[in-house]
Amino acid sequence: MAGGIKKFVVGCFDDEAVLFPAVKNVRRAGYKIHDVYTPFPVHGLDHALGLRETSLHTAGFIYGITGTATALTCISWIFTKDWPLNIGGKPHFALPAWIPITFELTVLFAAVGMVLTFCYLCQLSPFVKKHHFHLRATDDLFVMVIECTDKTNEVEVQDFLNKAGATEINVQNAETGWWLGRYDREQKLYSELEKGY
Amino acid sequence: MSLLNYESQIREPLVDGNKNYHQVTEDIIRPIEMKPTRLWYIGFYISVALLLFGVYSIYREVTYGIGQWNLNKTIGWGWDITNFVWWVGIGHAGTLISAILLLFRQGWRTGVNRAAEAMTIFAVMCAGQFPIWHMGRVWLAFFIMPYPNTRGPVWVNFNSPLLWDVFAISTYFTVSLLFWYSGLLPDLATVRDRAKTKLRKLLYGVASFGWTGSTKHWQRHESLSLVLAGLATPLVLSVHTIVSFDFATSVIPGWHTTIFPPYFVAGAIFSGFAMVQTLMIVLRKVFDLQEYITLGHIEAMNKVIVLTGSIVGIAYITELFIAWYGQNPYEWYAFKENRANLFSPYGWSYYLMMFCNVVSPQMFWFKKLRRNIGFTFFMSIIVNIGMWYERFVIIVTSTYRDYLPSSWSTYYSPSIYEIGFYLGTFGLFFTCFFLFAKYFPVIAVAEIKSVLKTTGENYKMKMTDIEKSDADKFYVEEVEHAH
Repeated sequence: MAGGIKKFVVGCFDDEAVLFPAVKNVRRAGYKIHDVYTPFPVHGLDHALGLRETSLHTAGFIYGITGTATALTCISWIFTKDWPLNIGGKPHFALPAWIPITFELTVLFAAVGMVLTFCYLCQLSPFVKKHHFHLRATDDLFVMVIECTDKTNEVEVQDFLNKAGATEINVQNAETGWWLGRYDREQKLYSELEKGY
Repeated sequence: MSLLNYESQIREPLVDGNKNYHQVTEDIIRPIEMKPTRLWYIGFYISVALLLFGVYSIYREVTYGIGQWNLNKTIGWGWDITNFVWWVGIGHAGTLISAILLLFRQGWRTGVNRAAEAMTIFAVMCAGQFPIWHMGRVWLAFFIMPYPNTRGPVWVNFNSPLLWDVFAISTYFTVSLLFWYSGLLPDLATVRDRAKTKLRKLLYGVASFGWTGSTKHWQRHESLSLVLAGLATPLVLSVHTIVSFDFATSVIPGWHTTIFPPYFVAGAIFSGFAMVQTLMIVLRKVFDLQEYITLGHIEAMNKVIVLTGSIVGIAYITELFIAWYGQNPYEWYAFKENRANLFSPYGWSYYLMMFCNVVSPQMFWFKKLRRNIGFTFFMSIIVNIGMWYERFVIIVTSTYRDYLPSSWSTYYSPSIYEIGFYLGTFGLFFTCFFLFAKYFPVIAVAEIKSVLKTTGENYKMKMTDIEKSDADKFYVEEVEHAH
């Protein structure tokens, strides 16, 4: 959901080798980095930004064992309680023969669950729209976005970014959250008063 | 940083030419933004025509029954299941490239993984058609799903390999699709942000799910890709294993063997890579992507082909030996008379298979031939013919003479609608592939960018400086500093 309008200083870098020291310096200077948008995964950037490790894989494990449990409980209930089918006098509880389906369901649950969780956590869905600080952030620019508070001196931050090697610097008022919208329409930036939600 | 970016110059660059990040985007996304060429239209219309003939063939089969095919009393599985196994096999290379090579940290996968994954998805779609329409009364297809029903409830047989197949193929399709599409999201966002027309902004905006490229999202994306790769790796092995169980758990001579799972998996990778070669060689030419799908990529895939081809060869010979050594008269008869006897009705297909799958890939021991585009293209077709015949040999030569000589079949040859169905799946496959090549980035743009500074040709040249400098000094400055 939409999170409200804030003011940001945006600095674009064209090389990740310049970006890394800049991130360090900006953080050391005490500015709050809202986010860094990159065209590809830059390894180590999450650590440099002080982000914690994702627990997505743990979620995947939980989904996986849910799949295992679902398969085993369903099949064993069906074949031993609900409709014990006599197949050549073989045991009703035929665990080895159930392993393929159990394995497949484990993988299926883990994969589907993880992707849905990923989309939920990153707010990804058709018709979801977010503010894009720079269109070339998905092409060749590394876009560092610094959040301004009441005390922040924008000019100072811009100077700082300039010294750190940013090639393009500007100030933007932007919605922080997501909203439902289409990319072919110009987005409306609501002022605090007009906020309709 | 420079430590992470260093790669020995002995390794061939994976991206040729003088590229920067923007150039990579330009090169790969430009074909999407241009009008398709005349060649694209011709190919697309041929594919649609084939697809329509396939639809008509299926219409005949559904309306008049399985009798439209030339199956008979003992050959209950003919072209139909042959094609199913063939397409599933082809569908293995994509996930192998994207998952197993990701775990093995093979950089060259980045150039070919996207198109190979798309190929996988379309191949599995084609494969799925065959068992579905083979049911005959296809309107009862939902009977294969286990759900509480009013017919007892009568459940499906969870001990049957045919049901395992249902789960394996549908899981494989779903997981491949998720893997492919989650990888596509960032690239679709790149197309969206470059879009000039309203329609393109709308469609790619919807398709890219509002991707921004946030660091946290990339971190989760990396974790997701890695775990999906970890899941897809055993999955890809399990799928063809389970397909081989369809045969191996039966009591038919020639099928009832324990070697089937590894033999089928190797064969699947073999044929899948051949199909990837066929498509990539055309794709790189048509879209002018020779700098991204380089000779090095083609050579790497040819190495996989010679490896898996040899594994398949060993499997053929082992199978033959065990048939003799096992002293089961039926098993030995199936191999000696139905297959290895050149003058038996289907003897020719056994030798064709041997030649295409075992002898011909051995040419790839020569580096010159591995790096020869024309020869590779030719070989990729040969291998796919060979692998089709492998399944044909397994299915038909084992079933046309069963235990009872009085019910031995006469010669089986497919009807026009059986062939039409097969051609129809080619139509489906290539229709999908043409649409994919036109509307999606055929190479993983973000992944290429992430390896560009280590393996791009222009960056590689600069590595001489790093190599010339003092190793101890480099260690003190870079490695210790980094820790």
